[in-house]
Order: sequence, then C-alpha cells, then structure tokens
Amino acid sequence: MSDWILGLLLVLTAVTATAVVLTRDPGRQAAVLSAYGLVLAMTMVALAAPDVALSQVGVGTAAVPLIVVLAIARCHRETGRGSRGDQDEDR
Amino acid sequence: MRTRLTLVLAGAALLVLAVVGVHAVSELPAAGDVPHPYGARAVAAAFGHATANAVMSVTLDQRGFDTLGEELVLLAAAVGTVLLLRELAAETREKTEHGYGPEDVFEALRLVGYVLLPVTLLVGGYIVLHGHLSPGGGFQGGTVLATGLYLAYLAADYRALDRLRPPGVLDATEGLGAFAYVAIGVSGLLAGSGFLADWLPHGTLGKPLSAGTVPLLNLAVGVEVGSAFVLVVGKFLEQALLAPDDVPEEG
Repeated sequence: MSDWILGLLLVLTAVTATAVVLTRDPGRQAAVLSAYGLVLAMTMVALAAPDVALSQVGVGTAAVPLIVVLAIARCHRETGRGSRGDQDEDR
Repeated sequence: MRTRLTLVLAGAALLVLAVVGVHAVSELPAAGDVPHPYGARAVAAAFGHATANAVMSVTLDQRGFDTLGEELVLLAAAVGTVLLLRELAAETREKTEHGYGPEDVFEALRLVGYVLLPVTLLVGGYIVLHGHLSPGGGFQGGTVLATGLYLAYLAADYRALDRLRPPGVLDATEGLGAFAYVAIGVSGLLAGSGFLADWLPHGTLGKPLSAGTVPLLNLAVGVEVGSAFVLVVGKFLEQALLAPDDVPEEG
C-alpha cells in the first residue's frame, strides 16, 4: 500500500520536475516550481522524513518562488521604463 | 557541427550518469524500519539525552558543530543579500508610493490573510519550541514565522508589514540568534564538557523541558532563520514595490 503511494509520488515528482523545465515563462515557472516543491515535500513525508518535508515546504514551496516572482516584478518595471526612452543601461 | 558535438557529449555524460546512478541507488538500504548501524547508534544516543526527536538530536546535539556552519553560512548569505540590495544615495525612493495597497487586493485574499496570520505565528512558535519533541525545529519554525509575517502584507499593505517589523530590530535579532548559538556552544566549554556539548540536565524524555541544550539551540536557530528570511524577502519586496516612478504594469 505505502509502496504504491511512494511510486505514485515518485512519478509525480518526475512529471512536475519536467514541467518546471518545459515552462519557459519565468513567472509561470515560479508557480510550477512551487507545485513541484509541494510534491517533493509529500514524497519526503512518504519516505518518513517529516523534518525535511517541513523545510522543503517553507523554502522550496514558499520562499524561492516568492523571491523569483518579486525579482521578475522588479525586472518588468525596469524594461517598462527603458522602453519609454529612459537612459537605463542595457543588461 | 558544434550543436552535434554538444549533443554527443551531453548524451555520453547522461549515459555515464545513468549507469553510475542506477548502480549507486541499487546498493542503498531500503527505506523504512530496516536496521542501520548509524541509525541504531544515533537513536540510542538521542534517547540517552532524553531527546524524543532523534533528527533534532543529530542536528543540534551529536552534529551540533555542522549546524553551526550552516547557521554562519545563512548569516553570511543574508548579510550579503541585504548589503547588495541596499538603497544607494542615488536611488532614494518615495517610501509611500507603491502598488498592491489594500484596494488592489481581493477581499477573499485579505480575509484569508487576516485569519491565517495569528494561526501561522502560533504554529511557527510551536514548531520552534517543540523541535526536540516532534518533527520541526528552529529552521522549519523560523521559516513558518517569517511566512506568517508576509501574510500581514497580503492582508493589509506594506505599511502594516513595516509596523510588524520595526527597522533595526530584525537586523539585531538575526545577529543575536547566531551569537546565541555560539554562546550556548561556549557554555559547554565553560561547564567542562566541550564545545556544543549537551551539558544541561536532560529531564524526562518527551516532556517540554527535556533534551538539555537542544531546545535553547532551536530557539537561537529559529530567531536567526526567521529574521534572515524576513530581511531577505523584505529587501526583494522593497526592490519590487517601492518605485521612484509609477506602478508596474505586470506581475
């Protein structure tokens, strides 16, 4: 029974990880990364590692996607300003 | 030509990785209740120091020195990020001008934020203080506490968040958390045991006051991790929201 759940979670891990790689838009990728992090956390619980799963939820599902989204928001504003003819340096 | 060479090289590397990976994994002991020499000794040592959560006994007691390294890496990373994203004199910002104020947020989202804020803070504190009893600990609880603080931002606005994290306090507590960890370690030396030795009375297994120095170390880690998390995400939030010009079009 638990082997069956673990197998399903491992397949889900592979599927969501591939989805992260195949998502090209960084904003959407952050959301998919968050879902992948949640699946990874569930896999850790299935492997009897709840301590690590808690860290995974905090860092992989909440913190990293949040920082990525905030960085993207900042970059969007930069490019928005640049297109209006400001003398921002190109990156 | 070059792409083809890249593909051949990548294919060869993947093949080697697959063979070596399968070989390495097939030799691993099975997950679960299979006895393992290190596991048996670590659990025996954890119970010897009345630490119900054997994982926390390994990270903060038996391998406390490794965790000290992690703490200092985290401190250095947080200080570096805060330093890199600091406001330069040339880019002074209008602190009041920002998007995503109360009127930009869905009512349902605000309600969820209000309801979850106290619950999240309570759960975070519980995870930090019960790290030696149940799964969790300072690192996990610290991140939960920091996430809870950002629910205040979702529920209200940036100014509400600013009131919850007075300037300068978190910078101080982050350093103090790391200092407390080292100080608890040195106290072991002064008590005559050794650096980061679990020298305090161990108490009764499974009771809130047990495991000697482990709950104290968890508290230090929780304070440091929570402060570092709030500081770093706060710097990114400042960069994204507090603009010298208008509100961003997207994201």
